[in-house]
Amino acid sequence: MHATHRLDTIFAALADPTRRAILARLASGEASVTELAEPFAMSQPAISKHLKVLERAGLVSRGRDAQRRPRRLEPKRLREATKWLERYRRLWEGNYQRLDALLEQLKAKEPRPGDRQ
Amino acid sequence: MTTAGALKLTTPGERELVMTRSFDAPRQLVFDAHTKPDLVRRWLLGPPGWSMPVCEIDLRVGGKYRYVWQHDRDGTKMGMGGVYREIKAPERIVNTEEFDEAWYPGEALGTLVLVEQGGKTTLTYTMRYESRAARDAVIKSNMESGVAASYDRLAELFASTRARGRA
Repeated sequence: MHATHRLDTIFAALADPTRRAILARLASGEASVTELAEPFAMSQPAISKHLKVLERAGLVSRGRDAQRRPRRLEPKRLREATKWLERYRRLWEGNYQRLDALLEQLKAKEPRPGDRQ
Repeated sequence: MTTAGALKLTTPGERELVMTRSFDAPRQLVFDAHTKPDLVRRWLLGPPGWSMPVCEIDLRVGGKYRYVWQHDRDGTKMGMGGVYREIKAPERIVNTEEFDEAWYPGEALGTLVLVEQGGKTTLTYTMRYESRAARDAVIKSNMESGVAASYDRLAELFASTRARGRA
């Protein structure tokens, strides 16, 4: 699968506030569907739907316990997404410092009003 | 250099991200640095080790631009481009912005505004995204400082996003 496609799926999954809240909950440990549904004013089937989206994006997986079927966070997928985001952040951080240096060079070349040639 | 921390990021609307930065130079020079390929490729490079083998700018309304960065050692490429919607030299440019391997849904509209005062130029770059989710993806990248964000920090991030959403 292309990285692009996978990231699109991840960001689409992250776009919903309920799904982000589910991930936040799972970040503190695995939980069953019942446990996940508790803090939300939502039915278990509604939570299950959100979980399906998260599972498809690879952000959440199912634990081994056959009875509880706990869901857990897959941090590797999140890291993949943030790796790309980090590239962008670094881009701007360094860019403007380089632009400062370039502008200094351009200013030095350019005659200023009132400067004698 | 007195530039560290000078880049300001604000979020005036739910789909917008605004960067503000001052430069100690007249705006014509700042404008040139954004529109002349031989100048653009000298600063718009990202982290160390990247160069800009492709920098094509057709500076007219409806004209396209195309940037491709390449990692000098491993050859990894990253490209983006768009179309100019408005040009008012040396003070304003509006263009679309789309990354080849987009990490946010849809394209963004970028507006560059340059205001000169006393020989200094204030640059304001507004990016308007197609959705709030896209904008948030970009903001999160700016809030993160580590290279590989840890699991716990991401959780905090989600928690704070959620808290803001309810405020």
